[in-house]
Amino acid sequence: MNLIHQIFSMNMLLATLRMAIPLTLASIGGVICERSGIINLGVEGMMLSGAFGAVAGTYFTGSSLAGILFALLVGGLTGLLHAVLCIRFHTRQSVSGVGINILASGLTIVLCRAVWKRDGLSETVKQVPGISIPGLEKIPVIGRLFRGQSPYLYITVLIVIIAWFVMYRTNVGLRLRVIGDHPKAAEAAGVNVTKYRYVSVVLCGMLCGFAGSYLSIVQSNLFVKDMVAGRGYMALAATIFGGWNPAGSFLTALLFAFAQAIRINVSLNIPEQLLQMLPYVLTLLVLMGVGGRVRGPQASGDIKD
Amino acid sequence: MGSADMRSFLAFLGRSLAAVLLSFAVSALIMLVSGYNPALAFASMIRGSFGSANSFANTLSKSVPLIFAGLACAYANKGGIFNIGCEGQLYMGAFVSTVTALSLRGMPRLFVIIASILTGMAAGAAVGSFNGFLKAKMKLNEVVVAIMLNYICRFFTSFFVSGILKDPDSETPQTLPVGEHYMFSKLIPKTQLTTALFLALIAALAMFFFFRETRAGYNVRAVGENGAAAEASGINVARTMILTMAVSGGLAGLTGVTEVFGKSERFIDGFSPGYGFTGIAIAFLAGNHPLGILLSALLFGIIQAGSMKMSYEAGVSTSMISVIQGLVILFVATPELVSIRIGRRRTA
Amino acid sequence: MYAVEMKDIIKRFGSFTANNGITLLVKKGEIHCLLGENGAGKSTLMNILFGLYRQDSGEIRINGKSVENHSPLAASRMGLGMVHQHFMLVDALSVWENVVVGLEPGGFRIDRKESIRKVQELSDRYHFELNAEEQVGNLSVGMKQRVEILKTVYRGAEIIIMDEPTAVLSPPEVEQFLMILRDMRADGKTIIFITHKLKETLAVADRITVLRAGKSVSTIEAGNASARELAGMMVGHEVDLEIERPFNEAGGAVLSVEGLRLLPNAASTVSFDIREGEIFGIAGVEGNGQKQLEEMIMGLIKCREGRISVLGKDVTKLGTRKRRQLGIGYIPSDRLNRALLSSFSLEDNYLLGKQFSDNYVRHGIVRHKAVKEAAGTLMREYDVRAAGMDQAAGSLSGGNQQKLVVGREASDEPKLIIACQPVRGLDIGAIHYIHEILLKLRKEGKAILLISAELTDIQQLSDRIAVLYKGEILAARKNEDFTEEEIGLLIAGHREAV
Repeated sequence: MNLIHQIFSMNMLLATLRMAIPLTLASIGGVICERSGIINLGVEGMMLSGAFGAVAGTYFTGSSLAGILFALLVGGLTGLLHAVLCIRFHTRQSVSGVGINILASGLTIVLCRAVWKRDGLSETVKQVPGISIPGLEKIPVIGRLFRGQSPYLYITVLIVIIAWFVMYRTNVGLRLRVIGDHPKAAEAAGVNVTKYRYVSVVLCGMLCGFAGSYLSIVQSNLFVKDMVAGRGYMALAATIFGGWNPAGSFLTALLFAFAQAIRINVSLNIPEQLLQMLPYVLTLLVLMGVGGRVRGPQASGDIKD
Repeated sequence: MGSADMRSFLAFLGRSLAAVLLSFAVSALIMLVSGYNPALAFASMIRGSFGSANSFANTLSKSVPLIFAGLACAYANKGGIFNIGCEGQLYMGAFVSTVTALSLRGMPRLFVIIASILTGMAAGAAVGSFNGFLKAKMKLNEVVVAIMLNYICRFFTSFFVSGILKDPDSETPQTLPVGEHYMFSKLIPKTQLTTALFLALIAALAMFFFFRETRAGYNVRAVGENGAAAEASGINVARTMILTMAVSGGLAGLTGVTEVFGKSERFIDGFSPGYGFTGIAIAFLAGNHPLGILLSALLFGIIQAGSMKMSYEAGVSTSMISVIQGLVILFVATPELVSIRIGRRRTA
Repeated sequence: MYAVEMKDIIKRFGSFTANNGITLLVKKGEIHCLLGENGAGKSTLMNILFGLYRQDSGEIRINGKSVENHSPLAASRMGLGMVHQHFMLVDALSVWENVVVGLEPGGFRIDRKESIRKVQELSDRYHFELNAEEQVGNLSVGMKQRVEILKTVYRGAEIIIMDEPTAVLSPPEVEQFLMILRDMRADGKTIIFITHKLKETLAVADRITVLRAGKSVSTIEAGNASARELAGMMVGHEVDLEIERPFNEAGGAVLSVEGLRLLPNAASTVSFDIREGEIFGIAGVEGNGQKQLEEMIMGLIKCREGRISVLGKDVTKLGTRKRRQLGIGYIPSDRLNRALLSSFSLEDNYLLGKQFSDNYVRHGIVRHKAVKEAAGTLMREYDVRAAGMDQAAGSLSGGNQQKLVVGREASDEPKLIIACQPVRGLDIGAIHYIHEILLKLRKEGKAILLISAELTDIQQLSDRIAVLYKGEILAARKNEDFTEEEIGLLIAGHREAV
């Protein structure tokens, strides 16, 4: 009884929402990127860069806002790197992504040491404060959703809605969907496919950077090496499982986050390592469940001409 | 070797060298911007890896697991599969081989060593073939699956060595030692260079022969080049893919085995400094050629062996290795950027 | 005034000159056929006109206006539209979405109502009989082509380029298509019609420009042209369009197909035998079960219903390798994807499909010397032109690739040859050569299954012909017992023609 109580509590809901934030943001980035026909396995590295950028930005300026902007910038730049390699130089997309992850993993540690003279750890910086929404916070029970929560929560929900609306209700979204399935058709129809691709991949990088900043200056107050810990890949799985649809990404992210939240919020008598393993096992099972049956953008993959 | 072969070989060699040089140049730039002295850093790296006979022997010993990791990635690449799961496979290989040796304690030395090697390979092969199975039969992206398996293997082994298999006298999560008696023989005393070097050389030669002379090797290459054509020629593509990943996983498993039986004497939680990822860079740099891998593994052995001294003398984090690796992968995978572009500009 | 003037167009790809000083003048409001063999440079020229490629030199004028900095966007602004050979449609989207994308009504938001209205109106105007809200994936090939045409008309195209539009259509569909062309001409549109088929050209063209080997041979009024004359201009010399198929005594059955279900919803199953020394032709538009038939016989896809036997042995459950070992040579319809390893050497490509034969592999070890010798013999016998045995197969011309494949599959004494679309994309010379080889193999007593979308192939080579439509054989007879008209109607599914 107690267990069920723990699982279906307000705490669990809040924890799930919080953990879904970075996954959702990065996963929507993945949706946009793959809809433009480019596979992005570098999500992990882009998030890590953003996490580092947020801490560095906050550290040097003392302003959280500057930290966030810096995370967006750094994320966008890693996105641009992926875009230039894949679009301009026709690099194999999976290889470029993996290369970016390894590079980001090493470079953040090297810079960490250069700035703070410590290996794989930054100094602590100011955290992004939570906000309360006057009025709504007074509502019984669900009022907690609007009291002291991170602004990231609301921004994320907003991004889900905007991304969905743009994808399915605007002409820009229609073009993007055509590019993903048949880039030559889009080009013949006068759409500047290359431009759409660059914008999409950079946007993906920025969303990943934003997601990374959540990990380092909202959930925490410092940078720790490899702190993204596979969330980037989980976000990619959410992209696939969510059917390349922003709303699907959000729902899948909630599912993954729920599994994580159980690990932290519910006292189960299970060894730590097995619980740490859980999200990855779950992701794998989900992939095996939907696997080859889902229909992704038809033309996503390496650009040959 | 025909003249066309020779030309393409030279072109490839040029690209690889250019990629390495570019990676070092960019790394130097990064160090400069971060306030380090790149000249000092590279000099201390060289001193660290070549300073004395013993340090060179250690450089060679660092190359041994890298050779296996490189061969593992290259084998999969030849078969058209991007095996980024070496990391998980080598953890399982190291773990299972350690458990084998621990449970066979007291048995004859050769028997234990061979049994440990074989079970270690089998463990890596099992993880690899599962990955291959999901790709071949369920059409899952092998990279995403491999990443998940990497974490799962890592925490799976961690669970045991923090719990029931933990050395009770130790603070850190690690197993009991397998015993000096069961280690690979040292080639030079007081270094970590062991007979595992010969194992690595044999593996590289065997792979060279395999792809050049055997039908099985031809079939793997054919599947890697074009699965549909391979299928039409009578090859069982799914089975070949799964076996390819099994062999690749087995080679990755050997990376873990040599780490335990050549160096650490036991399974230590989280021991790998990213051998699996370095393996990707090594394989790419060598163009998946087994003999080229010997050279590129040596290069990364030098970087790794020298990184401690570089960190100590120039203050640069040892993670600079990852930076160089990442850059090598990106540059090698982008021949259009690296090769000097002769001829017309694209007009289309 | 000319709608399109292209003067002295030169376009090179590496060392290959695709267009070598071509001049094309198209009058306003005419149907202008661009006639030429595969590789003559037609598609390249049109891609230049549409702005997909840029010419190395030469001048383009559209409606008298000189064109600089050309791009597809600029082309459509100048009233040019192109219907590509391979459809540029997204199956998952509806007709209207496919039509409006890139030039949507309204601003940021999709104006669904207005889009559907506009698209439906245009479709009705030209009697396309399309439903704007239908998903494109559900449409037949002929209807998809109309969506393509609609796209150009929607964009206000006055000059419409059609790249081999009839290649995918059945004979009655071609008739309807030519009607649409005439309708559009009546509406004042200018049409450039790329083709290599003489009959259609003569049926619909006002004027004809013939291309050969990257050069324009001449432009003539259609009224003054004959098929023989046009064919001569395409090839460069007088051609003998006929090929002789001498009588051959057929022997015992080699391939037997019984009750095979090709498509899940086919009205009936398929059965036939092929005997030694016989060519059995499968006629029909692609997509009617040809691919399934080919792949079921080779064991590449499972057959859920029916039985296949080779030389009396039931192979229904056997894998591809075992079937090949019984002596099947296989020329796949998808040559590049199924028959060749593009970046591998010719020697390695020769081994493909033979790696399970003791002649070339002993105890798991490849006998490089034997492979090299056999491959060398093949290249001489089949006139495969390559720089050397090390050359990558992907860098050979299409004709040489096909000769390599045909030669490889015909060597080592197969009993049965499955030849699928064996002449697709080849020029007349290569087609003729492949035809001769198939007849030679027939004479040697091999049983040959010929699947081809080109009716001329089927009629010239086959001893018996079966017409495939929606996964069933509508009729199977001796070649002589069919009239061309009957086959044409059957291909289009008119069962009553039997």
